[in-house]
Amino acid sequence: MTLAAATVTASGTPGFLSPTGVEIAFLLVGLVTLGAALITVTTRQLVHAALWLVVALGGLAVEYLLLTAEFIAWVQVLIYVGSVVVLLLFGLMLTRAPIGRSPDADSGNRWAALTVAVAAAVALVWVVVDAFRTTWIDLGGPAAGTTEVTGASLFRHWVLPFEALSVLLLAALVGAIVLSRKAKADAGPAVPGKEGVR
Amino acid sequence: MHLAYPAVLSALLFCTGLYGVLARRNAILVLMSVELMLNAVNLNLVAFDVWLSRAARDTLHSGQALTLFTIAIAAAEIGIGLAIVLAVYRNRGTSDIDKLRDTAEGPETEGPGTPAAEKAEATA
Amino acid sequence: MTTTTLAVLVPLLPFLGAAAGLLLGRTTPGFVRPLAVLPPLASLVLAALVAARQGGDAAVDAHTELTPTGSVPIELALHIDGFAALVAVLVAFVAACVQIYSTGYLRDDPRYPSYAALVSLFTSAMLLVVYSGDLIVLLVGWEVMGICSYFLVGHYWETPEARAASLKAFLVTKLGDVPFLIGLFALATDAGSFRITRVLGAVASGGIDHPTVIALLLLAGVAGKSAQFPLHTWLPDAMAGPTPVSALIHAATMVAAGVYFTARLLPLFEASQAAMVVLAVMAAVTMAGSGLAALAQDDIKRVLAYSTIGQLGYMTGALAVGDRGAAVFHLLTHGAFKALLFLAAGVIIHAAGTNSLAAMSRMRGLRDRIPDAYWTMTVALLALAAIPPFSGFFSKESVLGAAEHVTSGHTGHAPAVAGWIVLVAGLLTAVLTAAYATRLWLLAFRGQGPEAPDHGRQPLTMTVVLWVLAIPSLALGGLAYRALPDWFDGRDLTPTPLTSVLGTGLALVGGLLTYGCWQRTTRLAAGTPLGAVAAHPEEDAGLVEAEAIATHEPAYGDIAYAPDPADPSRLLLGPLHRHAAAGFHLDAVYTALFVRPVQAGASLVRFLDREVVDTYVHGAAALPRLLGAAVRRAQTGNVQTYVSALLAGTVVLAVAVLLVATGV
Repeated sequence: MTLAAATVTASGTPGFLSPTGVEIAFLLVGLVTLGAALITVTTRQLVHAALWLVVALGGLAVEYLLLTAEFIAWVQVLIYVGSVVVLLLFGLMLTRAPIGRSPDADSGNRWAALTVAVAAAVALVWVVVDAFRTTWIDLGGPAAGTTEVTGASLFRHWVLPFEALSVLLLAALVGAIVLSRKAKADAGPAVPGKEGVR
Repeated sequence: MHLAYPAVLSALLFCTGLYGVLARRNAILVLMSVELMLNAVNLNLVAFDVWLSRAARDTLHSGQALTLFTIAIAAAEIGIGLAIVLAVYRNRGTSDIDKLRDTAEGPETEGPGTPAAEKAEATA
Repeated sequence: MTTTTLAVLVPLLPFLGAAAGLLLGRTTPGFVRPLAVLPPLASLVLAALVAARQGGDAAVDAHTELTPTGSVPIELALHIDGFAALVAVLVAFVAACVQIYSTGYLRDDPRYPSYAALVSLFTSAMLLVVYSGDLIVLLVGWEVMGICSYFLVGHYWETPEARAASLKAFLVTKLGDVPFLIGLFALATDAGSFRITRVLGAVASGGIDHPTVIALLLLAGVAGKSAQFPLHTWLPDAMAGPTPVSALIHAATMVAAGVYFTARLLPLFEASQAAMVVLAVMAAVTMAGSGLAALAQDDIKRVLAYSTIGQLGYMTGALAVGDRGAAVFHLLTHGAFKALLFLAAGVIIHAAGTNSLAAMSRMRGLRDRIPDAYWTMTVALLALAAIPPFSGFFSKESVLGAAEHVTSGHTGHAPAVAGWIVLVAGLLTAVLTAAYATRLWLLAFRGQGPEAPDHGRQPLTMTVVLWVLAIPSLALGGLAYRALPDWFDGRDLTPTPLTSVLGTGLALVGGLLTYGCWQRTTRLAAGTPLGAVAAHPEEDAGLVEAEAIATHEPAYGDIAYAPDPADPSRLLLGPLHRHAAAGFHLDAVYTALFVRPVQAGASLVRFLDREVVDTYVHGAAALPRLLGAAVRRAQTGNVQTYVSALLAGTVVLAVAVLLVATGV
């Protein structure tokens, strides 16, 4: 490891114009991910947005794999693709989102949002590129994010936050239940949710 | 691998999510955009963790641990968020964010001291 | 009890009576009358005791310093010399008479308790002024009298006349009180003490640096309180108050305070020749002018008011020639017969149901209805006109004699010119006084026409008081002029033959002239019927009077004047009559000089406030309002807009921080 770090610093950084195979794969998957994300935030079909989100999140899982963080990648697939998107789809259905194209998926704030987002993107990319132009990640050697390594660090150094997180999850669980129950109790006599539908 | 690749991808994904949060009308789409932003951050965390574990011989793996925590918290967030959206939908009959304008100042409310004016001050 | 204790009790008793009356007036009405009458009576007894013990000897002085009060100490001090002792007796006497009279006069008045308490307070304040040996303590009494006069003159506050009169009395006397206060401070600064004895000591040793300024400042206050020209205008209007109050103010308390104060500090005034001349001119103008004005008044009480001003002019005249003995002598006799005149006038007004002489001159047999008032009023008018042997004769002759003494220029304390001014004005006023006294008597008691209305007998309390007061009016002068010099400065008060003959002769001339004119004009009376009579003649005397005053102006068009061709004063005064009736338009002059400019200034200030200042205020508010409207427009309620703005700001800030950090 010391040798590798020494060679990196000694031989300088490889140029962007001579990418390694991992970099090419990362770039291609990154393009797909970014494209899927862009479609997610721009599509007029709500359900499609959720599906494109799956593509984007899956792409990210591949990126994690490319970065040798395999445990994170599987967790990503399990939790995000497996549960979060499903939850979102359920949410869409429960709020009776239209299946087809809805012309008003974007609010009137779009142009302001675009301006802010582009400005933020320019600023961030500029800063990031300016700062890490020459930084090189040595992906050789033992993988940095195997289940063993991650589990060891998690249960050796991060046990306490991990336990705290479990309490947080419990709280979220209780909160979600309380919110839905309250909503049910309120909605029962008031609005049964029939005439409020678009 | 250049660190710039994941970092730039992360920045672009984050700004895409940002756009979604600001531009989307449906609350569930906004939640999706929030997920995008969180994932952009996760990518950043993983990339820097891998870099640091090699370059600075970091054995703590704080980046990966944080990523896991973020994922867990994101799951919790999405649960609570959806519950809220559903509650709003049941009460209001809509989940469009720009129709929830209770904090707007009505035309009849003049003068200071109204909650809307205080809200305006806070925002300004 | 020592003399000091007695003297302290004299002002204290009416004060306690007033406090008790105010406290108990509503809850226990049975106590009101004893509480009103007994304290002045007790004060009278005590004051007489004090006078007897003092006996014209060396002054009784006592003082105690309650608390340190800075550079010039203020002490609770008594200073009782012959003047103080006798004036206190007069004050207590008149106050007791007035209180007894009021029990009958305001028998059914719902506000009698507060009225009686205020009269007691008034009396107490005057007694404080009389006995006080410290100028600040004197000032306290002086100002309490001012506020009491305000309340008492405004007793019938339902009528606009009474309200205006009370305000006028207050404001005009205050106008004099401000320079008075400044003068007191200047005097105390020069003399280093507020004690009268020390001040007089400083005067005697020449320790006063600016005697003229101080004397003139003090004179302003004296003119306001004692109703001397040009601050006399409040006194005739103060007739809107109940008659006993008029008697109290005119005879013993308020107006006497100024004269008494000047008499006390006469050496100070004598230190300035200019002040003495100003005093003499003031007295002369007051005397002559008020005589003419009294001759033209239609309201019986206004005649008496102007006569008070004139008699006060005599007193200030006596002071101007440096004879305070004569001044206080006239103060004493005048107090007796003027109180009698007013109280009798109250009876007349009650019986006739009007206060207008023109209306009375068209009633036959008024004197048979009220024989007590008729006889006592005759005595008092003779005293007023200074016919021997009535008391007014002796006191007035002492004034004229003093003036005549000064004209020869033998005395050092008063300039001869002051003597001449006072003498000439005094003799002229003698004619006028006799003339208006005769006119009053003839018009009130020798009327022709329908029978006067019969309202039954007057209350006993009222008529008895008249007879009690008639005794000093008749005899005080003749009995006292030999004894009084022992009490006063020791100067002889015996009438000198020359001025006696001149004065009496002129008075007779005035009286006979008026009688002649009256005989010519009285035949016209039947041709022009006139009359304003109170609506409720059977009621309480006070109510009748209030109605009479209130109906005078609607009936005759003026508060002081009646278009009566049968008035002898028309023949006497000729074209001057109109102006004299209006008080020589002094009120109009004041209106033009002071009231209008003040009102114009007030409207200017109002204009400035409304149009200019408010414009700035509104203008200042307009900009924030516009900004607020603009900012409000941004509050759409759309959370996404808010977050957009927030994030845009964050980006801008982050970029700015970056630029600064990288030093671009």
